[in-house]
Amino acid sequence: MKAKVHVMLKTGVLDPQGEAVRHALGTLGFDGVEGVRQGKVIELDLADGTSEADVTEMCEKLLANTVIERYSIEMVGA
Amino acid sequence: MKAGVLTFPGSNCDRDLAQGFKLAGADVEMVWHKETSLPSGLDVIGIPGGFSFGDYLRCGAIAARSPICAAVVEFAKGGGHVIGICNGFQVLCETGLLPGALMRNAGLTFVCRQQQLVVDSTDSPYTSGFDKGARITVPIAHHDGNYSADEDLVARLRGEGRVAFSYADNPNGSAGDIAGVLSENRRVLGMMPHPERAVEAAHGNRDGAAVFASLMDAMATA
Repeated sequence: MKAKVHVMLKTGVLDPQGEAVRHALGTLGFDGVEGVRQGKVIELDLADGTSEADVTEMCEKLLANTVIERYSIEMVGA
Repeated sequence: MKAGVLTFPGSNCDRDLAQGFKLAGADVEMVWHKETSLPSGLDVIGIPGGFSFGDYLRCGAIAARSPICAAVVEFAKGGGHVIGICNGFQVLCETGLLPGALMRNAGLTFVCRQQQLVVDSTDSPYTSGFDKGARITVPIAHHDGNYSADEDLVARLRGEGRVAFSYADNPNGSAGDIAGVLSENRRVLGMMPHPERAVEAAHGNRDGAAVFASLMDAMATA
């Protein structure tokens, strides 16, 4: 069983890296990009019996800094 | 005064910080990150700069969950004094002992230079030896020093006199030009600039020495 954790900056928190990526895309001629937000995906290989609640606790305690980041959890497979 | 200086894998300012304390007259004990308890009789804990755990996940995130940091949080919550510099500031934000978070510099580049700061609050054990509003020069060297705080938090920190230092010219995009923040009880200080790199003549100036001298005075009169 696996879990995929998506961590993104909260709305309203400026993302200088995303902005730099947007700028670079514009330089390459992609004019249609109005905004870029960069986040991360963390894949967890889980032992049987590990629940989504456990993963939520992992996010709260370590995987995301909830001061500036939000997260979502995707449980994959069984 | 007895100071404990933490060392994580990737810390690189631990000995400089120890030297800052020693020059002010303090005894220093180095504390390895795997320790689960602090040496007895500590008056202050220093969390040094560097790249603890390679800055993996987020700067300071892994260090903030290390065994020794649980003891540091307990120490701080019991009224202990803790100063975190650069990576140490990031660690303190990650533990929740200080509000806000430190993000990638707005200009995306690593900034390494002599930085002019304004001393905003002299009402703390770390800044009592400065003149309020004084301009001092202290080195900065960081990639993730962009202090993130919403307008309400910035206003609250300013209102409560908890902004210890501000940047005279903002090098990294920090909210409210904030360079250093105090906890509610004013005994925990986090700052991106390196006062320990401005404590002896060979450093070019000694503007940072007053941080350690202030602390000595505070401990002597406590």
